[in-house]
Amino acid sequence: MIRPVPWVAPALFLLCLAPAVELAHGLYTNALGPNPLETLTRDTGKWTLRFLLLTLTISPLIRLFQWQFLLRYRRLLGLIAFQYGTIHLTTYLWFDQFFDWAEIWLDILERPFITAGMSAFVMLVPLALTSSRWAQRVMGQAWKRLHRLIYVSAFAGLLHYFWLTRADFLEPAIYAILFALLMLARIRRTTTVSAGES
Amino acid sequence: MLIRTPRASDEKEFAVTPRKLYQQRRQFMKQCAAGAAWATAGWLLPSESSASLIPSNPKRSPYSTTEEWTDKQAATHYNNFYELGYGKTDPSRRAHMLITEPWTVTVEGHCEKPGTYSVEDLIRSEEIEERIYRLRCVEAWSMVIPWLGVSLGSVLKRLQPTSQARYVAFQTIMDPENLPGQRRDVLDWPYVEGLRIDEAMHPLTLLTVGMYGKVLPNQNGAPIRIVVPWKYGFKSIKSIVRIRFVEEQPPTAWNRATPHEYGFYSNVNPTVRHPRWSQRRERRIGEFGKRPTLMFNGYEEEVASLYAGMDLSKYF
Repeated sequence: MIRPVPWVAPALFLLCLAPAVELAHGLYTNALGPNPLETLTRDTGKWTLRFLLLTLTISPLIRLFQWQFLLRYRRLLGLIAFQYGTIHLTTYLWFDQFFDWAEIWLDILERPFITAGMSAFVMLVPLALTSSRWAQRVMGQAWKRLHRLIYVSAFAGLLHYFWLTRADFLEPAIYAILFALLMLARIRRTTTVSAGES
Repeated sequence: MLIRTPRASDEKEFAVTPRKLYQQRRQFMKQCAAGAAWATAGWLLPSESSASLIPSNPKRSPYSTTEEWTDKQAATHYNNFYELGYGKTDPSRRAHMLITEPWTVTVEGHCEKPGTYSVEDLIRSEEIEERIYRLRCVEAWSMVIPWLGVSLGSVLKRLQPTSQARYVAFQTIMDPENLPGQRRDVLDWPYVEGLRIDEAMHPLTLLTVGMYGKVLPNQNGAPIRIVVPWKYGFKSIKSIVRIRFVEEQPPTAWNRATPHEYGFYSNVNPTVRHPRWSQRRERRIGEFGKRPTLMFNGYEEEVASLYAGMDLSKYF
């Protein structure tokens, strides 16, 4: 097994934060265009999906190339996805709705893309809360089952993106194809494993 | 003394560049480059010939709002003009891809004066007035823009529509070779829009050739567009090449794409729910907070009578 390189995790962490830093800097220097709050919401939403997809890439890579060391970074990527999701949701609650809870509730009920996005986020919360090594140890098999929620969350996130798109479906389509491939890799493993067991 | 017989291939004395000129060769190159750049710039930048239509002192209009204008940079760099790209900054970045010269507008259908017109045929400089209108996009943002144009109705009257002309259909330029957005089927190109004849004839409906005192930038729909201030922005069709007087309600681009979201009328209406954006409030570009959206975008007094007796939640 490859020995852990001590600086990789912090370096990766900083790299993952770069888009957030760039957005914050853009907001501060007024470089996000004429509608900066929209840019902030849209970009943090995209980064949430990108990091969710990155998180889902780890397991197939480990299986395909035996890169066990990657497992160490999966939690980090998942938490980063959650972080971008939290900023994304906050920009909506604050800059779109100004914490008008009645209006927000109506939005969740009336607009399928909000319903999907909100569910995607809610599903990430228990995953973030149980992300510690300790929780993983204590929960055992239940932890594995619970964390499969990320599949549903990513799917809901994709629906959210598709349903809010007006006409240009190129980018959501790319994410959807990547998601489909990542899921396919898992289904194939499940079938080969069960075939091998029987 | 050396006597040389020049060979036929030798340079003749007169053909040799004088030393003084030769030493200026760098400057010569620079001048050539500057000249070329000047010529290219003249070709790329909005030409002054169409700018001549814009009066230096346009008439003011009683229809103008006194609200603060949206920053010109924002109004010209935050655009929905899918022909030039689907992102808000694409149209300004790719503005040069819209070829506006030569430009003609074809008028056809139920009218006495069909034909092919230039922009100058349709609009006379001395008639142009400045109209400061609120612009409300269906995406829940808004601007205040000083347009330059004439009432569409006055132009349409000159074309003498017949009694069969119950609607007016408009079409944007179709040029997929130059317009990158038209190379993908995100909409059913070309972009088409339409108004009921009384909407088209309403004095608020503006046939527009300029904004902020200047000729329209390409990304804002040069050289000629309409502005219908009480309807969502996508009804104000840009870069018009065809006007057609018709009897039946014409198809409209966004309605064809997503009929349950975008109706033919698409009047600004805070009470009609939209599956994508709540239309109750809007963000004025440049402001942090949101403001309540007004019925007919604040032009209720002028236009409500057009829709008397209509169920606006059905005819949205």
